[in-house]
Amino acid sequence: MTTKAEAAVSADEMMTVVASRALTDETVCFVGIGLPSTAANLARLTHAPRTVLVYESGTIGSKPRNLPLSIGDGELAETADAVVPVPEIFAYWLQGGRIDVGFLGAAQIDRLGNLNSTVIGDYERPKVRLPGGGGAPEIAAMAKEVIVIMRQSRRSFVDRLDFRSSVGYGDAPGDRKRLGMPGRGPTVVITDLGVLRPDPESRELTLTQIHPGASAEVARERTGWPLRVAEDLEETAEPSDRELRELRELRATLEEPT
Amino acid sequence: MAELLALDEAVAELVHDGDSVALEGFTHLIPFAAGQEIIRQGRRDLTLIRMTPDLIYDQMIGAGCARKLIFSWGGNPGVGSLRRLRDAVEHDWPAPLELEEHSHAGMAARYAAGASNLPFGTLRGYVGTELMERSSETIAEIKCPFTGEALTAVRALRPDVGIVHAQRADREGNVQLWGIIGVQKEIVLASARSLVTVEEIVDELEPRPGAIVLPTWAVGAVAEAPHGAHPSYAHDYYDRDNGFYQRWDEISADRDSFQAWIEEHVLRTAGVT
Repeated sequence: MTTKAEAAVSADEMMTVVASRALTDETVCFVGIGLPSTAANLARLTHAPRTVLVYESGTIGSKPRNLPLSIGDGELAETADAVVPVPEIFAYWLQGGRIDVGFLGAAQIDRLGNLNSTVIGDYERPKVRLPGGGGAPEIAAMAKEVIVIMRQSRRSFVDRLDFRSSVGYGDAPGDRKRLGMPGRGPTVVITDLGVLRPDPESRELTLTQIHPGASAEVARERTGWPLRVAEDLEETAEPSDRELRELRELRATLEEPT
Repeated sequence: MAELLALDEAVAELVHDGDSVALEGFTHLIPFAAGQEIIRQGRRDLTLIRMTPDLIYDQMIGAGCARKLIFSWGGNPGVGSLRRLRDAVEHDWPAPLELEEHSHAGMAARYAAGASNLPFGTLRGYVGTELMERSSETIAEIKCPFTGEALTAVRALRPDVGIVHAQRADREGNVQLWGIIGVQKEIVLASARSLVTVEEIVDELEPRPGAIVLPTWAVGAVAEAPHGAHPSYAHDYYDRDNGFYQRWDEISADRDSFQAWIEEHVLRTAGVT
């Protein structure tokens, strides 16, 4: 058994544990690959055993023993309650309003929680061509709420997105309603430094929670807009031994290159 | 009735320079053997259509088969970038690549519309995103004729050729597949011509839980291609080769190592992946 004394908690581990805590039991969760999938599986293995994991490959209720590398590893289908075609997962299940939580990452986020996963630089002549929207544009619109996980830096927390791939709160409060989006939008943004939540009035992302060892100062330095910090800034509880053990066991199941 | 052909014959007969071609398979059952046969036969100026270009289109783009890409998510799942796709978009190597970019939900609706012989599919999607303007030739706002609410229309996809992989077919050319079934059925039915590669051809298709059958008269050609989905997988035949997906990051990192790999593993082999 690995204990905290044996290995310090990494920033990614902290972020994953906090993201897993954001999922309550019996939540139907649409999961992207990478940190979101790790966090959702950690929740399922710890405090939320009846959380339902839905993957965009069409697997509903997957309970993988090994962490999948892709969104459609065979184990996701083998351990699922149902496997449906891809047009159906997006039309009947996501657009149909059956998803409680969408878990998203991105390359850039702005102060109103809009996301870029398309390009860095100009679209026609990009500095970096990113993978693209994939499932995210409709997950961001349709899931009852969205949890965003990303590392915080001036490159990723930007004043202005290079491309708007998915909508958070648009350009102003009320935009989601105007655009006909049924979901509430991003209710929490989890980073390696802390947790941001939208201001109830302005929807501007505000630092409301800070992880052990991080500070509001560092969070401000790593944000490309003047970051608002809540007066009653909370401190994140350290990962428990159980959370860390389950997380490390889970991550060890990912195949290493041979 | 589907013709039973050898893979090289099938590709020679069905895929021509300048065609729009969709090789589908959502993570599972990706038709790598067919894609590599297209590379071997030196096809050019293809419009490649696929939700997730994956390694197969990274290879085809790097090998110079493509003029245009229609897609929704172009990464190496769980690993990072598709480096040949990026080199084409960022540096026009080996040739400029035109992009038509959508979301997964939109691509799925476009395939379903194509299979249904409709000119467009409808969804609640894209609103507020820049994809809407960027792909305005294939995305448009429409009004519901019954309720008046604003919805999004996406142009149907009707590829010249649809290619998928499946677990097996019988000697009549009836095709059976199971596990993650993605958009396999939609592609075969939306395309003017179709090719299904299979792990094996059997005397009889025994029923399988969750399996779908594409009847022989709805399929253009069937070609046996054992291991033809590697490094993706064929449920109940072999697992996804995650190690290869991770190694591809290095193989594809520069033009020389990519070309050396294509030379050794595609151009100098015959239908073996």
